[in-house]
Amino acid sequence: MQNGGTLDGRGIAWLAGGGDEGEIVLSTRVRLARNLQGFPFPIRAGVEDSGRILDRARAAIEAADSLREATVWTIDDLDPTERNLLLERHLVSRELVERAGEEPAFAALALAADDDLGVMVNEEDHLRLQGFSPGFALDRAWRRVDRLDEEIGTVLPYAFHHEFGFLTSCPTNVGTGLRASVLIHLPGLVLTKEINKVLEGISQVGLTYRGLHGEGSEVVGNLFQLSNQTTLGKTEEELVDHLARVAGKVIDYERSARSVLIREAPTVLEDKVWRAYGILRTARSLSTREMLNLMSGLRLGVALKLIRTPRVQTLNEILVLGQTAHRSRDVGGSLDAAEADVARAAYVRDRLAAEDESTSAGSDTPNGEPN
Amino acid sequence: MTDGMLCDECGERPAEIQLTTIEESEMKTHHLCTVCATEKGVSATPSAKAPLVDFLAQLGKTEQQESSRESGEPCPYCGTTSADFRRTGRLGCAECWAHFDGRLRGLVRRLQGSAQHVGKLYVHSGSDLGDRLAQLAGMRRRLKRAIETEDFETAADLRDRIRGMEASD
Repeated sequence: MQNGGTLDGRGIAWLAGGGDEGEIVLSTRVRLARNLQGFPFPIRAGVEDSGRILDRARAAIEAADSLREATVWTIDDLDPTERNLLLERHLVSRELVERAGEEPAFAALALAADDDLGVMVNEEDHLRLQGFSPGFALDRAWRRVDRLDEEIGTVLPYAFHHEFGFLTSCPTNVGTGLRASVLIHLPGLVLTKEINKVLEGISQVGLTYRGLHGEGSEVVGNLFQLSNQTTLGKTEEELVDHLARVAGKVIDYERSARSVLIREAPTVLEDKVWRAYGILRTARSLSTREMLNLMSGLRLGVALKLIRTPRVQTLNEILVLGQTAHRSRDVGGSLDAAEADVARAAYVRDRLAAEDESTSAGSDTPNGEPN
Repeated sequence: MTDGMLCDECGERPAEIQLTTIEESEMKTHHLCTVCATEKGVSATPSAKAPLVDFLAQLGKTEQQESSRESGEPCPYCGTTSADFRRTGRLGCAECWAHFDGRLRGLVRRLQGSAQHVGKLYVHSGSDLGDRLAQLAGMRRRLKRAIETEDFETAADLRDRIRGMEASD
C-alpha cells in the first residue's frame, strides 16, 4: 500500500473505451456501503473516532488481496483542485470531498493499482467499496467488489442485523448496501422524445436515474446513470441481474431510436453532428455544460459513422479532462469560471485538431475501417 | 444541483426544484422556486435526497399531531434524536437501528418494499471456526455465480481454494 502520490493518469483507465456496448455505455460501477461495529456513523463520529476508523480501514486495505499495491489518498492532504480531479474522474463523491474542512476529516480514497477497485473511507458510511469497469460489465464489477467485501469483512467487524442486513446511515442503503449503476448515453431516445417513457418505465421496475455526477446532479449531455432504487429484500445477484436486464433493454431501445433517426431524418441528424463538431472545433469559450451537450452530438455522430474522427477514446478523454479542475491543473493554478471556459475551448480545439490532422494526412480510412 | 441558484422564472427566490423537459429535441433543465413551480403545475422532482427528507418531515408532522410525547428519547449510544433523523435523513450509529426500530421498520418497508434482508449473510467472529464457515459459505456462493456466468477461470480458482480449506479440517 502506498500513501498519497501522484494522481496523474489514475482512475481513468476506462477512458480508453473498448468495453462491451462501449458506444452506448461508458462505464459500470457497483458499490457496497459498509459500517464498522462499535463506532458511530460518520455523521456522528468526532475527530478521534474518524481517525480510528481510517486507521482500521488502512489496516484492512493493506491486508486485502484485491487491493495489493493500492494507493491511499487522504482528502485532507489534497488541495481543492486535486479533490475536484477525483470528482471529475468519478472516483469519489461530492460528499467525501466536502468532508474536508478545518478539522481533520480522515476521509480517504483507496484505489487498486489497476484502478478497477476502490474504497471511500468516512463518506456517508464508514466504507464504500466500489468496483469500476469500462463499458457494460455489471457482473464483473460486482464479482470484484464482492470479493473485496469478503476480504475486508474478515478483518473488520461490520455492523450487521439479521433483519435489516448491513446497517447504513441512510435507510435507503440498508440491507445489501449495494448500488449498481451504468453510465449510459441516450441521445437517440432524447431526440425521438421517447426518453420520458423509458425513464418512467425504469422507475416502475424499481430503478432510478441520475446525472453524470451521481446523486443530486442533473442530466447533461444525454448521459444518464441508471441504478437500482432499493437495496433490501432482494439478493445482491438479483439486484445486479435486474439492472443488467433492464439496462440491456434500454440499450436496445436506444439502438432502435438511432435507426429511426438515420432512416427518417438523416439530414437533420448529420447537420446536428457537424454543427456540434464545428462549434467544438472553433469555439473560443465553452462552459462545461455546452461542452458536454455538444460532445453528445459528436459521440452520436461517431457511433453512427456520420463523422470519422475523433476516436471514442478521445471523446471520453475530453469528457473528463475537459472539465474545470483538469484544465486548472494543466495550467498549474486555479481558473475562475470565465478563464476555465476559455481554457476548455482551447483544449477541445487542440484535441480535435490533432486528430483531424493526423487522420487527414493518412489514408481515406483513418480509423482503419472502411467508410 | 440547485444550491445557491436563483429561480429561472422570477429570478428572485432561491431555486429549489429542478425541472427537466424536452424542447425541440434538446433536454433542458429549469431551476425553479417552489412558488413558480406551483404556478407551472410542477410539484416534486425525482431528486434522490429530497423525497426522503420530505417524507420524513411529513411523518414527523403526523406523529407530532398524534402525540407530542412521541419525540422520544435520543439514541443512548450516539445521542441522535428522532428530530435529527427527520432533518438529515441519516441515523447516527448502528444502535439507532435498534433504538428507533419501531418507526424504522415501517419507514424501511415503505422505502424499500421490504424489511427483511435476503442478501449476503455476515458472521464476524473472533473464533477461527466462525471465520472459516463464513468464508467457505462466501466462496461457495461465488463459485456458483462464477459457474452460472461461465467464468471458468474464477470458478477453478475458487474450487481449489474451497478444497484446500475443506482438506485442512
